[in-house]
Amino acid sequence: MSATAATPPTMEDERPTPIVSIVIPDSALPDSPPPADDSTLPDVGRRPYVLWVEDLSVSFDGFKALNGVTLELETGELRCLIGPNGAGKTTLMDVITGKTRPDTGGVFLDRRENDLTKLSECRIAELGVGRKFQRPTVFQGHTVYENCELALRGRKGVWSTLFRRRTPAERDRIQDILKIIGLSEHAARPAGLLAHGQKQWLEIGMLLAQDPKVLLVDEPVAGMTHAEMERTAELLRSLAGKHTIVVVEHDMEFVRSIARRVTVLHEGRVLADGPMAEVQADPRVVEVYLGE
Amino acid sequence: MLTRLREMHSPLAWGLIAGAALLIAALPAIGLPEYLVPQFGKFLCFGIAALAMDLVWGYAGILSLGHGLFFALGGYSMGMYLMRSIAGEGVYRSALPDFMVFLDWKTLPWYWSGFQSFGFAAVMSLVVPGVLAFVFGWFAFRSRIRGVYFSIVTQALTYAATLLFFQNATGFGGNNGLTDFKRILGAPLHDPTTRRTLYLVSAIALLGTYFVCRFVVTSRLGRVLTAVRDAELKTRFCGYESTHYKVFVWTLSAMLCGLAGALYVPQVGIINPSEMQPSNSIEMAIWVAVGGRGTLLGAVLGAWLVVGGKSWLTAAIPSAWLYALGALFVIVTLFLPRGLVGLGAKLRPAVDMVIARLRRPAKAT
Amino acid sequence: MVLSPAAHAGPLDDAVDGLAASSEDAIIVNVGRLAALDDPRAIPALSALCDDRLRAGTDGHAYIFDNKTRDVKHPITGAVIGSPPRPLKEVETSNDIRRVALPVLAQLQLASPNAAVRLAAAEELSKTGSAEAATLLHRALSREQNVGVRDVLSEAVARVDLASSSRDARLAALAIVEKTASDAFLSELQRMTAKGPNGTAVETDPQVYAAAMSALSAVKSRQRLIAFGGSLIHGLSLASVLLFVALGLAITFGLLGVINMAHGEMLMLGAYSTYTVQTLFHNYLPGAQQFYLLAAIPVAFLATGGVGVVMERSVIRHLYGRPLETLLATWGISLLLIQTIRLIFGAQNVSVANPDWLAGGTQIAQGLVLPWSRIAVVGFVILVAAGVWFILQRTRLGLQVRAVTQNRGMAATLGVPTRRVDALVFGLGSGIAGLGGVALSQLGNVGPEMGQSYIIDAFMVVVLGGVGRLAGAVAAALGLGVINKLIEPAAGAVLGKIVVLVFIILFIQRRPQGLFAQRGRVEA
Repeated sequence: MSATAATPPTMEDERPTPIVSIVIPDSALPDSPPPADDSTLPDVGRRPYVLWVEDLSVSFDGFKALNGVTLELETGELRCLIGPNGAGKTTLMDVITGKTRPDTGGVFLDRRENDLTKLSECRIAELGVGRKFQRPTVFQGHTVYENCELALRGRKGVWSTLFRRRTPAERDRIQDILKIIGLSEHAARPAGLLAHGQKQWLEIGMLLAQDPKVLLVDEPVAGMTHAEMERTAELLRSLAGKHTIVVVEHDMEFVRSIARRVTVLHEGRVLADGPMAEVQADPRVVEVYLGE
Repeated sequence: MLTRLREMHSPLAWGLIAGAALLIAALPAIGLPEYLVPQFGKFLCFGIAALAMDLVWGYAGILSLGHGLFFALGGYSMGMYLMRSIAGEGVYRSALPDFMVFLDWKTLPWYWSGFQSFGFAAVMSLVVPGVLAFVFGWFAFRSRIRGVYFSIVTQALTYAATLLFFQNATGFGGNNGLTDFKRILGAPLHDPTTRRTLYLVSAIALLGTYFVCRFVVTSRLGRVLTAVRDAELKTRFCGYESTHYKVFVWTLSAMLCGLAGALYVPQVGIINPSEMQPSNSIEMAIWVAVGGRGTLLGAVLGAWLVVGGKSWLTAAIPSAWLYALGALFVIVTLFLPRGLVGLGAKLRPAVDMVIARLRRPAKAT
Repeated sequence: MVLSPAAHAGPLDDAVDGLAASSEDAIIVNVGRLAALDDPRAIPALSALCDDRLRAGTDGHAYIFDNKTRDVKHPITGAVIGSPPRPLKEVETSNDIRRVALPVLAQLQLASPNAAVRLAAAEELSKTGSAEAATLLHRALSREQNVGVRDVLSEAVARVDLASSSRDARLAALAIVEKTASDAFLSELQRMTAKGPNGTAVETDPQVYAAAMSALSAVKSRQRLIAFGGSLIHGLSLASVLLFVALGLAITFGLLGVINMAHGEMLMLGAYSTYTVQTLFHNYLPGAQQFYLLAAIPVAFLATGGVGVVMERSVIRHLYGRPLETLLATWGISLLLIQTIRLIFGAQNVSVANPDWLAGGTQIAQGLVLPWSRIAVVGFVILVAAGVWFILQRTRLGLQVRAVTQNRGMAATLGVPTRRVDALVFGLGSGIAGLGGVALSQLGNVGPEMGQSYIIDAFMVVVLGGVGRLAGAVAAALGLGVINKLIEPAAGAVLGKIVVLVFIILFIQRRPQGLFAQRGRVEA
């Protein structure tokens, strides 16, 4: 691949994919900067849910992609979102991250006042929602190091970035992340030159750097080897608790290995919701996956 | 600070740049013919405009087909000062410029007030394009107008402005523009010393502009900018308000272009609406494309090459210039996507090999 | 009428022959006799008398000389006399004779059985406006049955009566003027309502003055309405040309995502093709000159389509996925095209003449003429737009085009020859613009840079109308063309353009996807 790809595929060309949420282990962040919002406020009077979706409906040209979806994510849980193609998983992620506006309903982060459906994508990201897309979207022209640096949590306004210095603390943080994702030797390489799997990991790394509260992870193990899948599962498990994760996946074995609670979407509605074993045994779910 | 400077260029590069800058600044003193000084000064101004264009296109991926408008607005600001400084010396011996007397106007329009002061005009040459760019960019980028859509809207903007300024009623001299300047800050424009001073100021401005641009593109902001260029949605998901970044670089670029225009006008002695024409702006794009997008130095080089070529060709075979220009557009986009600098980079391994071969000591085996 | 047309000469014949008398007084007396007889058959003789075409024969009879055919005719029957009694003496007319004869002529014409003759006479009389004319007109009006002639007669009466000394007559006249609101009365009304240096109006009677003011405003608002209508029509034909350019652009942009800066030059090439065909016809097929336009249409389409295909194959194909570079490359091509045309045809405008069947126009209201050429252009664009719609929606090629637009990769795997489709579509888009050039050649000047002034408007149409939807392009072209021309009289062409531009930028704020957008998960 040439070092100078003329126009890398932009995200605008892609079908938005389900979101991947990734949690950053504490060890990678010796000094986490204060979060952008005030989630450190005492818990008094706050619901146990960090993110909840209320009666969300989205239709495109008459086709109802989401039909009254309600979902609640408890702080620190690791939820898997599954369902056949066209069930609305991607659309749901799009709405949460602000890429698509719903027709009705709301998405709330921490408190009722934070209605994500009224905020822009970057504001939502600032508030602590991170997303990993199915097709790895990294900044092809930038090095691996720069990719992580760009994603790094911190002030992201124009004046801040114009005069920002590179601090040793930041450097260390990025090095730690690179170690976790196994790209330390490639730090100076343009991301466009990485292999597909490496790009996946880079994107995971970027999400770690972003250190969001809620991570939406879309098909993290697509195209991964068994060993890599193991590593990813381990990473996700360790991240849960401090962060909340929603994983969209089709690989049932992977889902089984990480999931505690599973939500099944079908034709824009929540079909089933509960522990893995219960959902697996649910006849409606079986019919949807195997029937017709 | 020192680390920042090192981030911008290696010491060797800094040395080369300093050397080149000194050489350029000293040209009039070391033998550049008198009549060529304003010409070369013009080239310097185009260099500034090329940097502005590269900033916004090479790094932010925004192709503007209307940057000539900002250049011209800066030029008109300075032109208005120069016009007012010769009040009473025109054909009609009136405080008003000749063309206004000709139109039967009795007083100076309100938007000419303040331009009797050089300082005011200088500031305006930055502020007017800046404000226009800010407002336009705010509206355009906010509604996600991008890519070719944005380009053709800038073309329409500059076209409309050209039409507006061509009209006598607008009060800027119509299609004749502003001309017949005599002095700047008291110094006669045709005086060799004045010319050399203007040249020197332009050289300093070019250096300063280069410094500013290099600072911006090597900063975190610069990296965000290229990220926005390559994958805007992704940067938004990372938490960057991409609209702000675009507006910032767009406004900065416009102001730099205004600066270039303001320095250009005293050296060529005229400003008229043809500077704003879409074709002028599109030519700015080819300067950057020829030299190499996203390299800053390449943009300046490209500007000098193309404008130099134009001067030579229009003198030698006038009708061939448009053919050459048209062919240049096609050839550069097809075969030199990274410009001459890119070509140089491609050739580098070959050059290295040749040099290595030449260096090999002739040993007997 | 009563007399038999036999050799027996009656009073009519005598009076007519008397017109060729040698003395002026005798002529005048005979004119008076003809007036009293009130027989329209005397019209040719009287008319000839006023035109210096009456001749006196040696036999004492009068004869009429036809200038065109150089025949000598019988004064009443009009029959050609084979061997007139030569030499024929010219009857000399003086202003005195004419002053008497013309009103009599008009009087007789007003009684002519031919409606067209009566119409012409009425119009003629209304211009002269003497008191006698007034009585004549009143009399004719009371007798008139034909509606068309009645209208002209009442107008003529009104005009004459406006200057009447009778107050009631003036009021009655003003009532008619207000009803017709014709701007033929404008100067007269302005004269009546004009204020003298001491502040008093020419028209002294207050009631008449008020009626005159009211009539004046009626005339002026009608003028405004007609001007509006004229702008509307002008706007429609501008919209038609815009649509030609925008249609092609929308197709290539919608399919290929390519903004072709040389698209305006396709328009120009189409116009020059028309010019060339016209010249060829003039040189080699002069007899068929009137039909050159019909030949020009396919020639222009094929020529510009061909250029488009060549452009696509040689340059644009290599720049896919890089729309900004394509923009620059096509700009370069446009420079090359313009310069080449300058080299071949010269830098000056060339003239393309409308064929006879397109010249002139139809008058749909007084003061408002609808040129045939503009009507034809509108009709032509409707045809072409319908054709494009048909191709896109009902043919196999159209299906392929739509498939490639929506999902190139998928279409390729399904066996759609995407490369060929690209080239064909580009050719089609360019060809449509070429047809626009044919249309434009009939409306205005043809010069090397004519495409440049339409391209920006065409871009705006595409931006406003949304990508990939024909309906959007049509609506936007219509809107922009009409609005542009409506604003023009009030604010001038430049301000009009600026207003439109600002409007578009603000409109895009609210609806970035344009007027008709494709909604869905994939953002266009």
